[in-house]
Amino acid sequence: MERIPILKMGQFLLVTIQVDLYDRLALELEENLIRAITRHNPRGVLIDISAVSIIDSFMGRIFSNIARMAQLLDAETVVVGMQPAVAITLVELGLPLKGVRTALNVERGMDLLVNKVDTNENATSND
Amino acid sequence: MTSSTVELLRQKKKQILTGWMNGQLADSQLRDDLMANEDLHAQSEKLLDTLFTVLTDDSLDHPDSASLNPLVDMLSGISKSRARQGFTPRETANYIFSLKDTLLETVQFALKDNPERLVGESLKIGKFIDSLGIITFETFIQGREEIIVRQTDEMINVSTPVVQIWEGILAVPLIGTLDSSRALLVMESLLQEIVNTGSSIAILDISGVPMVDTMVAQNLIKTVSATRLMGAECIISGIRPEIAQTIVHLGIDLSTIVTKASLASALKHSFRLLRLDVKKVPTSSSDGLAYD
Repeated sequence: MERIPILKMGQFLLVTIQVDLYDRLALELEENLIRAITRHNPRGVLIDISAVSIIDSFMGRIFSNIARMAQLLDAETVVVGMQPAVAITLVELGLPLKGVRTALNVERGMDLLVNKVDTNENATSND
Repeated sequence: MTSSTVELLRQKKKQILTGWMNGQLADSQLRDDLMANEDLHAQSEKLLDTLFTVLTDDSLDHPDSASLNPLVDMLSGISKSRARQGFTPRETANYIFSLKDTLLETVQFALKDNPERLVGESLKIGKFIDSLGIITFETFIQGREEIIVRQTDEMINVSTPVVQIWEGILAVPLIGTLDSSRALLVMESLLQEIVNTGSSIAILDISGVPMVDTMVAQNLIKTVSATRLMGAECIISGIRPEIAQTIVHLGIDLSTIVTKASLASALKHSFRLLRLDVKKVPTSSSDGLAYD
C-alpha cells in the first residue's frame, strides 16, 4: 500500500510526492494532510511535486482544495518543483491554481514560507 | 514475332538510352547549370537499368504492382532531389515523358509489320509512362512541401529565443504574430529555460508583435499563468500605444499581470523584485581607469 509521507520540520509540514499520483492516493493525501495540519498546527505546508509528470483536472482540483483548506487552518501552502509539461497541462485545462503559491524548488519554497511567516509575525507583534 | 515487348525493349536498351539522352538534350529549356550532362547521362542510365531489371510483361500492364517498387523508389529519389535542386515541375515532367517518345519509337520500329499489336503495345507503354509521370509529380511536390515545412520549423525556432539577461531574469523578445502553435512553443522553451537557469523572473517583450487580438491575449495570459505555476514571476513589456488601445477596446483584462511599457522598465521592476540596485560608480582616481 503506497503512502505519501508527511514530514514535520519545525513549524512547517513537508510533503514530497515521489510517485505518480492516482485518484485514490491524491484523495488520501488530502485527508491525511488536513489531519496532520490540525494535529501539528504548522505555519506553512510545502508540497514538492517535482516527480509528478502526469496531472489531470482532478489532481489539479485536489491541489487547490488542499491550499484552500490549509488557508482555513491558517497555514500557507507552497507547491514547488512543478515540471514544465505539468504547468502547461494545468493552464490548458483552465486550472491556473489561483491562490496557490508556487516556487521553483524546495529551497526557494522554504525561503518563501520563512519570509511569509516572518512578515506575519512582525505584523502581529506591531499590533 | 513471339518475343515479348519488354524483351524487345531490353535488347534495344543502348539505343533507347541514346535516343532518350538526345531527346533530353534537344530540349531548348534544358538547364545544364543545375546538372552536368554527364551526371544526367549516368542518372538516366541507372534509371533505365532499374527499369529493365524489374519490368516484366505483367507489370507493364499493372504499373502499381509491388515488383516495380525499386523503380518507384528510385524515381521518387530523383524527383525529390530535383525539387531540392530547383528544377521546375515542367523540366522534371519532361525528363520522364521524353522517355516515352523513345520507347514508342523503338516499338514502332520493331513492330512495323504488325500494326495491330503495335497499337496495343503503344497504348500500354503510354499508360505505363503516364503512371510513372504521376509518381514523379507526386514526389516532386512532396519534396517541395518538405522544404516548406522545414523552413517553417526553422523560422519558428529562430523567432522564439529565450535569453538570460541577468542572473535570475529571462527575456523572451516576441517577434511576429503569436498564434497558438507558436505560443505553445514559446511557453515550452520558456518553462524549460526557467528550470535550466533557475530563474525567478521572465519578461515577455511584445514590442515586435504586430497586433494583439483576443486570441493572442489569451495565449499571453496562458503563458503568464504557466510561468507562475512554475514559481516564477512573469512581466509583459513593450506594449505600444495602439496595442494598449486595442486591449482596452476588446475588453481584455490584464489587470492580474504586471505590464510595463518598455523592456527597460520591466528590467528595472525585476531588479526591485530581486532587491538589486544599479548604481553609477563615482569616478575615483584608481577606479576610473579600470572602467575606461
